[in-house]
Amino acid sequence: MDCGSDKVIYMDNNATTRVAPEVVDAMMPFLTDCYGNPSSMHIFGGQVERAINEARESIAKLLGAEPDEIIFTSCGTESDSTAVLSGLQTSPEKRHVVTTRVEHPAIKSLCDNLDILTGHKHKITRLQVADDGTLDMDQYKESLTEDTAIVSVMWANNETGVIFPVEEMATIAREKGILFHTDAVQAVGKIPINLKENNIDFLSVSGHKLHAPKGVGVLYVRKGTPFIPFLNGGHQEHGRRGGTENVASIVGLGMACKLAAEKMEEENTRIRYLRDKLEAGLLERVPCSMLNGHKTDRLPNTSNISFEFVEGEAILLYMDRYKICASSGSACTSGSLEPSHVLRAMGVPFTAAHGSIRYSLSIYNTEEEIDLVLDKMPAIIATLREMSPFWNKEEN
Amino acid sequence: MWEYTDKVKEHFTNPRNVGEVKGANGLGEVGSLACGDALKLSIKVDDNGIITDAQFKTFGCASAIASSSALTEMIKGMPLVEAEKITNEDIADFLGGLPKEKMHCSVMGREGLEAAIANYRGVILPMAEGEVVCECFGVTDLEIIRAIRESDLRSVEEITNFTKAGGGCGKCEDRLRDILQQTVEGLQVEPQKAQKEQRMTTLQKIKKIEEVMEREIKPTLKKDGGDIELIDVDGDFVTVSLRGACAGCQSSRTTLKVYVEKKLREQVSDSLIVEEDK
Repeated sequence: MDCGSDKVIYMDNNATTRVAPEVVDAMMPFLTDCYGNPSSMHIFGGQVERAINEARESIAKLLGAEPDEIIFTSCGTESDSTAVLSGLQTSPEKRHVVTTRVEHPAIKSLCDNLDILTGHKHKITRLQVADDGTLDMDQYKESLTEDTAIVSVMWANNETGVIFPVEEMATIAREKGILFHTDAVQAVGKIPINLKENNIDFLSVSGHKLHAPKGVGVLYVRKGTPFIPFLNGGHQEHGRRGGTENVASIVGLGMACKLAAEKMEEENTRIRYLRDKLEAGLLERVPCSMLNGHKTDRLPNTSNISFEFVEGEAILLYMDRYKICASSGSACTSGSLEPSHVLRAMGVPFTAAHGSIRYSLSIYNTEEEIDLVLDKMPAIIATLREMSPFWNKEEN
Repeated sequence: MWEYTDKVKEHFTNPRNVGEVKGANGLGEVGSLACGDALKLSIKVDDNGIITDAQFKTFGCASAIASSSALTEMIKGMPLVEAEKITNEDIADFLGGLPKEKMHCSVMGREGLEAAIANYRGVILPMAEGEVVCECFGVTDLEIIRAIRESDLRSVEEITNFTKAGGGCGKCEDRLRDILQQTVEGLQVEPQKAQKEQRMTTLQKIKKIEEVMEREIKPTLKKDGGDIELIDVDGDFVTVSLRGACAGCQSSRTTLKVYVEKKLREQVSDSLIVEEDK
């Protein structure tokens, strides 16, 4: 099947990324010749186990962790659930969880359903964010009590790219004997992380956000942190995650982490330059447009811009005619009837929330692509505004 | 990603009749920015009651724009008395269908048309006078009841897909369930009343009885592991056979009289007497 990936301008990398060609090459032997079970006693399986351990080392290196602190999972969501539920089970006398109002559904939904999942009543504190998407650290400090079992705060927000001070927050939690988890799915590979230098207990990674395939993730568990597995089964992952390993994808993730370490500088220079060029160009060329999220405390690849008086799904489908791929926080794209919970928590007015577009770049984007998007977007927005009953050219 | 028909895509990318009619004598404005979609429909009606022109401005997704475009195409040149019969289903059909979560876009088109016609006639829409049930999207009970009746809605989720009611905070879900139950019960009684008064041939009677049994009685009994079969109809005497768990059930006579007979009397004929085949 040909999806025409060579023809699209892909700016939806916070949704998922292209699997790097080097990653595909690294995986292929494990989808063909090397099909042994890493748990087997024979050499045929044993060499597969060796490949998994090499991948474990690459990931540990990218995160500044020890290899035995890395547990392979099936996705970021599994890592998130495992961490939070383990944190609650190992502190059975505590029933309070602190999180934010802008978490990914993997954490948001988990917290919504904690009482049903655990059979215990929990208190959840969801920290507010300011207009620019940043957290109020005073509110955070006040929220922590003797009853708090675990804090779960994302490292970087998927919709706006805003980075939270999770290292500082983890230290505050540690001083009070509270476990700290961070969903770092959007941050890993884009910004430097060194777990040896902070007090984070659990950290979630998703392979497909950094050019590895879908269906593989990582949970980092700090050495010495009490842990109860989510999936019980065989002795895989030293008994911390049952289930036969997704060998090819794990090997792919190992390669993706090596590449990410090599490209980190490019991510923070060339990609940041392209993002800034796109953002400044759009804000300048399209009237009544605005940036959502803090200007500097942000991932280098993400830009979330609202175009007032038009609706996001309509914008995306017009962009699709030029094969430009992005995302929107509008109600119609989410399948619900309300716009993004992240933008609403930030107090973005309805006039702007429905017309928000998230551009998220990767190392595969080029300056020509940025120029093309800058060329097409003003006309797309103008066409839709011509149709909008709220748009008044003379006034705006 | 939504699965849109080619016709939806075509009307979205090449919308017809965008703008405001010059010298319009009917204007309908529905929806709001906060709700995520809004329509401003202007029409011009001539002395013979024909809609000679119609244009729209829409804020919303692809299906909202396509529904508005389709609506203007449908009503241009149409007598007012015909246009007011257009339902949201007609708009959706014109587009070759809409995803079920997007049906509210066609409802918005129809409401815009009603508002424009009411504005032309200088009357106030009765729908707006209902009691607001969904605070988030400002949907009244009258709008919900009409959607249930016209589109044969059978769940709260369907009500949300068609009217948006319940799609925000969700606090009105219980109230929606009540309205749904009352409206559906009302539906079953009303049409049958009219039919009951007519005299039926035995064949018609058998057909009706079979219909009610298939549609309502069998599914209910099956829930308890039972079943029922029609054996004979002789005048007003209906002979049935109880099967499955019902066959040996102590309360089978109660089931027959209190449930089966009552249902058939309500929906087929007042004078029916149900008996079990022994």
